[in-house]
Amino acid sequence: MPKKIGVYICHCGSNIAGTVDVEAVAEFAKGLGGVTLAKDYKFMCSDPGQDMLKEDIRSSGLDGVVIAACSPLMHELTFRKAALEAGLNPFLVQIANIREQCSWVTEDRALATQKAKALVAGAVARALSHEPLEMRRVEVQPSALIVGGGIAGIQAALDLADAGVQVYMVEREPTIGGHMAMFDKTFPTLDCSACILTPKMTAVGSHPNIQLMAYSEVEEVSGYIGNFRVKVRRKAAYVDHDKCTGCGLCMEKCPYKVDSEFDQGLSKRRAIYVPFPQAVPNKPVIDRDACAYFKKGKCRVCEKVCEPGAIDFEQQDSIEEIETGAIIVSTGFQAMDMTAMPQLGYGKHAEVYSALEFERLNNAAGPTLGKIVTKDGREPTSVAILHCTGSRDENYHRYCSRVCCMYALKYAHLIKEKIPEAAVYQFYIDMRCFGKGYEEFYQRLQEEGVRFIRGKAAQVWSGKEYRAIATDDTGLEVDDAQLVVQAEDTLLGKLVRVPVDMIVLTPAFEARDDAEQVGKAFLLNRGADGFFLEQHPKLAPVSTTNDGVFIAGGCQGPKDIPDTVAQGSAAASKALSLITRREIEIEANTAYIDEELCSGCKNCLDICPYNAIDFDDEKNRAVLNEALCKACGTCAATCPSGAIRARHFADDQIFAEIEGVMSI
Amino acid sequence: MADEKLRVAMFWGAACGGCDVALLDIHEHILDVIEVADIIFWPCAMDFKFKDVEAMPDEHLDLTFYNGAIRNSENEHIAKLLRQKSKLMAAFGSCSHMGGIPGLGNFHDRKSIFETAYLNTKSTHNPDKVFPRTEFEVPEGKLTLPEIYDTVKTLNQTVPVDYFIPGCPPNPEQIWIVIQAVASGKLPPKGSTVGASDKALCDECPRKKTELKFKQFKRRHLVHPDPEVCFMEQGIVCLGAATRAGCGWRCIQSNMPCRGCYGPLPNARDQGAKMLTAIASHIDSEDPEEVERILDTLPDPAGYFYRFGLPLSLLHRRQRRNA
Amino acid sequence: MSFEPKIVGFLCNWCSYTGADLAGTSRMKYLPNVRVVRIMCSGRLDPTFVMKAFSQGADAVLVAGCHPGDCHYQNGNMKTLRRIPLLRRTLAQLGIEPERLRLEWVSASEGERYQSVVNEFVEQVRKLGPLNLELDPSVERAAG
Repeated sequence: MPKKIGVYICHCGSNIAGTVDVEAVAEFAKGLGGVTLAKDYKFMCSDPGQDMLKEDIRSSGLDGVVIAACSPLMHELTFRKAALEAGLNPFLVQIANIREQCSWVTEDRALATQKAKALVAGAVARALSHEPLEMRRVEVQPSALIVGGGIAGIQAALDLADAGVQVYMVEREPTIGGHMAMFDKTFPTLDCSACILTPKMTAVGSHPNIQLMAYSEVEEVSGYIGNFRVKVRRKAAYVDHDKCTGCGLCMEKCPYKVDSEFDQGLSKRRAIYVPFPQAVPNKPVIDRDACAYFKKGKCRVCEKVCEPGAIDFEQQDSIEEIETGAIIVSTGFQAMDMTAMPQLGYGKHAEVYSALEFERLNNAAGPTLGKIVTKDGREPTSVAILHCTGSRDENYHRYCSRVCCMYALKYAHLIKEKIPEAAVYQFYIDMRCFGKGYEEFYQRLQEEGVRFIRGKAAQVWSGKEYRAIATDDTGLEVDDAQLVVQAEDTLLGKLVRVPVDMIVLTPAFEARDDAEQVGKAFLLNRGADGFFLEQHPKLAPVSTTNDGVFIAGGCQGPKDIPDTVAQGSAAASKALSLITRREIEIEANTAYIDEELCSGCKNCLDICPYNAIDFDDEKNRAVLNEALCKACGTCAATCPSGAIRARHFADDQIFAEIEGVMSI
Repeated sequence: MADEKLRVAMFWGAACGGCDVALLDIHEHILDVIEVADIIFWPCAMDFKFKDVEAMPDEHLDLTFYNGAIRNSENEHIAKLLRQKSKLMAAFGSCSHMGGIPGLGNFHDRKSIFETAYLNTKSTHNPDKVFPRTEFEVPEGKLTLPEIYDTVKTLNQTVPVDYFIPGCPPNPEQIWIVIQAVASGKLPPKGSTVGASDKALCDECPRKKTELKFKQFKRRHLVHPDPEVCFMEQGIVCLGAATRAGCGWRCIQSNMPCRGCYGPLPNARDQGAKMLTAIASHIDSEDPEEVERILDTLPDPAGYFYRFGLPLSLLHRRQRRNA
Repeated sequence: MSFEPKIVGFLCNWCSYTGADLAGTSRMKYLPNVRVVRIMCSGRLDPTFVMKAFSQGADAVLVAGCHPGDCHYQNGNMKTLRRIPLLRRTLAQLGIEPERLRLEWVSASEGERYQSVVNEFVEQVRKLGPLNLELDPSVERAAG
């Protein structure tokens, strides 16, 4: 039976009708094959417009409609819904975009009308070849996996767990806490980082709905929204944490010491260790690379002193499989390695510190118990803080790291607090103090006597180096223990050289080295800056193009603690809204492999970005897992046999549209 | 039909004669054919004249097997004549199905083909530049030759065809199956392709396939392919994945890749474009310059993709405006 | 009157189609010669579609997708990046200048880029002139 298509040309007030002769387009549509009725109407998306559509579907028995209006990205869902309400399969609706891609971009009325006719002809031809499709429903596992136990992950975990969701938290380090655990004070309120973080860490460790998997890494992710399957590698700690009481005797007695990662190498830890006293879980692990028993086959002191007998040198990595409905990736960031900027002397001059080193130096629980002193124990009389080291720099990272201005101010304040007479210099490009209370903090620091030099530090010399290159005319006297910072003060338009006792760099906030690998595992895209890409920068900031996987915190881009926590909560709420639906509808326009036509040529196997195509060796056929298919159609465009149909974007449908748009 | 024998015709248009031989390659089955059918017209094998056909009433023939493409006025004339005289018309073999090897003429045109054939080849001596012409006066009267066309067409582009029997030439076993179907009256709907599978050749090909990636393309005559392994995995373009099975994978058994003579699969409008996409999708690079370098090792891609099917393809022929 | 080319544009849903929409919302004017067929991913672009567009009388074909690395579907656009060069070579052998097939990366935020791509391409095709495809109408019937 021939199909009956209804065509509706929307005026969109004057948005379309002002440029396109809508009556002429409707008249033209009436003459197209298969068109039963064609109308123009002021606002198709309005209630009366939709009612007219529904009424026509019912009374004229339409089996396809074309709405020539705004972009399908705008109102396709609206009209699909209206069609469904009138008993028409929503996939029998086709939109002709005569606003965004026609009336708004074309000046000449005749040409715009002509283009609108072509687009309508294409849409009608396509509508004639449409087939009804059914949305598929799948159940959602009522659980969430959180990858990365920094403050973003912690926040998300607690929000979800409090809502009654079973949460799995995977953290690669022996403890959760992330970067925030290393900080002393937090800007601009100067509250103690540990004081606000550790209660949350403890809550994660003890929450009945959270299974914490520390010292573990995600090995493999499969499945799809609502039904992910994740393999987690539980790294061997060589300590049975069920037996361990956390008494700490083993760490006291362990004779071998290595640099503490947590203290940025400014102190030592033992081969059996917990990274810091408030660690969660507070159970030690043995660092194989540092342990004498693993290196030389002798020692086992820890085993001897451990009363519960928790030490287990035979322990192996194990793989745990979990099923989860949603995933939150909160894998954080890394600070740029400052040796990449040799002009700043990091790694060469002892008194050039990275920001994290300074955090530890200043931390009451750090290697100096919070005393700001040089490596040889002097109290610095002058400190330079260099902004934008690696950020806003064509040679390193073009982006702004967003937090450095503020923590640089925080450092200045803390130095001034501890050594009031010290001269503190800020070498900055622009002060970016955008957050709540940030500008006020900046003003406060200006009043505290911090010296702001508007110029990016270009060079750092030791006193010795400086004397070797300096000409006498500057009159600058520099001793061996001092460093000299050179910059152009752009407000004075003058080169400045400032001798200081200590320099703190603000390394760029970078995507982690393994971001590519992590991105591949979770099918996340990355931006040019290397950070994971959100689905939409404004309207879907924690969603990703992989449905059911959300991102939060530093892995998405540089951000401060308030923003990170906000994203953690946002991701939790997105995950929660997915999980509480219990059942979701997923893509109806998936690909379809016709078994009668598939020859088992295997051309499609490695084409699918979502590994949705498997091979059935027995049948010698490719098999599609529709649940994994995201409907991109790449496989259909690869299959040399025409055995794969991209539903709703099938060859015959695209052909029809091409014929239509080319028909006038 | 039981009491009366089928009246069958076989004719060759622009063809090599291989199809006629293939019909004989059904061997002793030809005797079975004679049991059920009278061969009314088969100029390649027996002495018939066109006037015999002209004298037949319309639809006198039950079935005509037409092999060969349509590339001159005689091919076209006889195709139309036989169509008029036949109840069923079958395109027999690649040339009538999709243009076949003569279809490669669509990369050129009459003028350039004549210049090559009658003037420019090394072995040609033609100082007076004599070319074929349609009429020539001799003392005895006017001699005529059919007119060669610029563009080669398939049979179906000339007259409506009821069945397509692909292959260069069609596999004799498949021919016998088709003849049995005709004799028993168990024919599929008109317009069907018969004597071939709806699946690609890979369905039958026993070679091992693991992973497809092209870093370089290799030409068959320059390598010794492993007879156990998929040609494509060895860098050799094989059209098997874009071509109907049914041939009995004769080329593959001779360690030659498929050239595509059985034509496109049911849902594939353009065999060449389908092969093109399958091959290109597996080029092992994401760097545009390297992709170009890899493609430099694949000379004459259109020749590979449209060796048998250019006239049937979407674009039909080389566009001369830009020649 | 100058020659007005007919161009078929295959735009991926997530980047280029959205970018073209953005040109519209920003009221950027451009030439009306491109008729857009939306596909979900540039990876959906079967070279057959390009052949089909030419066979229907298109003077040129524009293919636009997400920038490399930004594909909504991970790497569908990488398949396009590979297919287009081979398609252009094949078209050249079929007497269709490769310049008549253009591949561009247009992101969802590049409305202006879409505008300039369309304007430049239309001008380029105007210079190439009409394709005036030699095609017997019986070809499609025969294929059907």
